[in-house]
Amino acid sequence: MATVSIQNLVKAYGKTEVLHGINLDVADGEFVVFVGPSGCGKSTTLRMIAGLEEVTSGEILIGERVVNHLEPKDRDIAMVFQNYAIYPHMTVRKNIGFGLRTSKLPKADKQKRIDEVAAILSMTDYLDRKPAQLSGGQRQRVAIGRAMVRDPAVFLFDEPLSNLDAQLRTQMRLEIKKLHQRVGTTIIFVTHDQVEAMTMADRIVIMKDGHIQQVGTPAEVFHKPANVFVAQFIGAPSMNMLDGVYAGGVITTAGRRVAVALPLPDGAAVTVGIRPDDLRVSDGAALFEGTVSVLEPLGAETLAHIDIGGRDVIARADGRAPPPVGARVHLSADTANMHFFAPDGEALR
Amino acid sequence: MADTHIRASADALLRAPASARGPRDPAAIIRWTLLAMGAIVMVMPIVYMLSASFKYPYEMYNLNIIPKEPTAENYAYVLSDGRFYRWFANSFFVATCTTVSAVFFDALVGYALCKFRFRGRLIVFIAILSTLMIPTEMLVIPWYLMSRSFGWLDTYWGIMFPGMMTAFGTFLMKQFFETVPDDFLEAARIDGLNEFQIWWSVALPMVTPALSALAIFIFLGNWTAFIWPLIVTNSQELYTLPVGLTTFSVEQTVDWELIMTGAALATIPTLIVFLIFQRYIIRGIAMAGLKG
Ligand SMILES: Nc1ncnc2c1ncn2[C@@H]1O[C@H](COP(=O)(O)OP(=O)(O)OP(=O)(O)O)[C@@H](O)[C@H]1O
Ligand SMILES: [Mg+2]
Repeated sequence: MATVSIQNLVKAYGKTEVLHGINLDVADGEFVVFVGPSGCGKSTTLRMIAGLEEVTSGEILIGERVVNHLEPKDRDIAMVFQNYAIYPHMTVRKNIGFGLRTSKLPKADKQKRIDEVAAILSMTDYLDRKPAQLSGGQRQRVAIGRAMVRDPAVFLFDEPLSNLDAQLRTQMRLEIKKLHQRVGTTIIFVTHDQVEAMTMADRIVIMKDGHIQQVGTPAEVFHKPANVFVAQFIGAPSMNMLDGVYAGGVITTAGRRVAVALPLPDGAAVTVGIRPDDLRVSDGAALFEGTVSVLEPLGAETLAHIDIGGRDVIARADGRAPPPVGARVHLSADTANMHFFAPDGEALR
Repeated sequence: MADTHIRASADALLRAPASARGPRDPAAIIRWTLLAMGAIVMVMPIVYMLSASFKYPYEMYNLNIIPKEPTAENYAYVLSDGRFYRWFANSFFVATCTTVSAVFFDALVGYALCKFRFRGRLIVFIAILSTLMIPTEMLVIPWYLMSRSFGWLDTYWGIMFPGMMTAFGTFLMKQFFETVPDDFLEAARIDGLNEFQIWWSVALPMVTPALSALAIFIFLGNWTAFIWPLIVTNSQELYTLPVGLTTFSVEQTVDWELIMTGAALATIPTLIVFLIFQRYIIRGIAMAGLKG
């Protein structure tokens, strides 16, 4: 087990810089998830930690050691790849044992270790099979097993679940989380799926265009997004964003007035963010009024797209008795649950 | 009305595959005729070779396939001639050494060109490819001059050195290594293997079909090689089988029946090599079908 510390990490391919100075401290035993849209530099960061990419500038520390110039095998890490990267010509036992090839353990200890890992992953019955005879989830387990046998200080995962179907992904998500609780090893996990990030992480690192946007617990990034990007990236469906103007403690947006004190000069532009969950269809005193344009039933609830004077907002409505399409509805929201963003996208409170 | 229409199209559907296989489909007739012609063209020389090896000399120039008076005397003669075994062994030795060496180095260089980014990579690759465009007939002169100055004339090494690595094989292997995802190599790198071990125990097993195909090509190419072994060897003890077989005809008359017999015997190892490696090719294809 070990801490991981990233300081001013920069990566450039030729003249194009793809990571622009990243700082992050991962505590010992922490489960950190990197999330962000495609091409934001998640994999690059992870691969630099693994030692598969050279560091352009900055430092990476694993434990107390600067590892910038260490070979991947000397960094005491193990990595699980998106397409498993288990060897088709070897049995499961050989594949799992592959991580021990260079270890100095006596042979009997190695076999014992392989058996232990297989037991943890419930793969004992499959040890003599070839990967071709395994399902996708089992293959991914083999890949995780190969990483586990080496008992590394840090586990690195690069989108390990994205080749699995939705149900299996949910199951493996849980298993990886349990595994973490059991072995307690530091984990850095990359995904572009915000649900995966929310459900597994101790802390989430949200990235965009080679910059970290916010680092925080799932609750923090959900309830206190640092900027418009995080607010819209986390949570599904996305947060409703309404442009408004601030003047004397009141924001005017979509023809309505919201009273709130913000550190802004009069006449400043402001963006109001309201999560669909916080926008309720109501009868009485309402913030907005609009027409239901589309309904998306999800079972327990229904997502209602509502046109409020030329703008489309999404509200969560009752799954049993949603308002019909074309109905005039009132929408209310608590000011305390609203988010306010300055024109540069930063959160105002 | 609608019903008969549906019935008719259903009939057509049912008939279609049968008629495609059947003899009445003109396209099928053309296809089968062409295939049969191709097969005859390919097989005829072999049939003729086998047939001639069982004939007496007087029947040599009759084109009948079944000899009037079949005889095993030619085989007895060839197999009792000690030179035949010597040449056979020479060919086998030369072809095996060059195959092992060429497959090894082609795969090594092809891998490096495919998976490593280094200065001059493209130039090296183009240089290797460009040698493919020069025919053997043109290369034998520089090979000969080179062998003479190094003292390689009339030695096994002299016969083998031009084939110890091949441009075609390098190119083939480079293309095949493209199909091995980098993740596999990186996973192995993290597991602590050095670059040679990664190549040997991770990358190579994933391209066994290509290795087998390449091994067959190279073995056959060297087994049947004629011009260069003829030029570089002087002493009969160093002749390869194709070179040696021609000396059966150096005496007054051309003893075609003996040449044909030797040639028939010479095909046996090629068949064996093919059968051995074919198994690996099929297994390899089955393995390559395993997707992530
Ligand atoms: N070898 C390379 N040469 C040049 N640019 C590269 C290279 N590898 C990655 N990049 C660039 O670096 C940026 C970050 O890539 P990276 O693979 O880290 O993205 P990612 O966040 O993992 O995305 P995804 O979710 O699609 O995996 C991308 O813009 C990509 O084009
Ligand atoms: Mg990635």
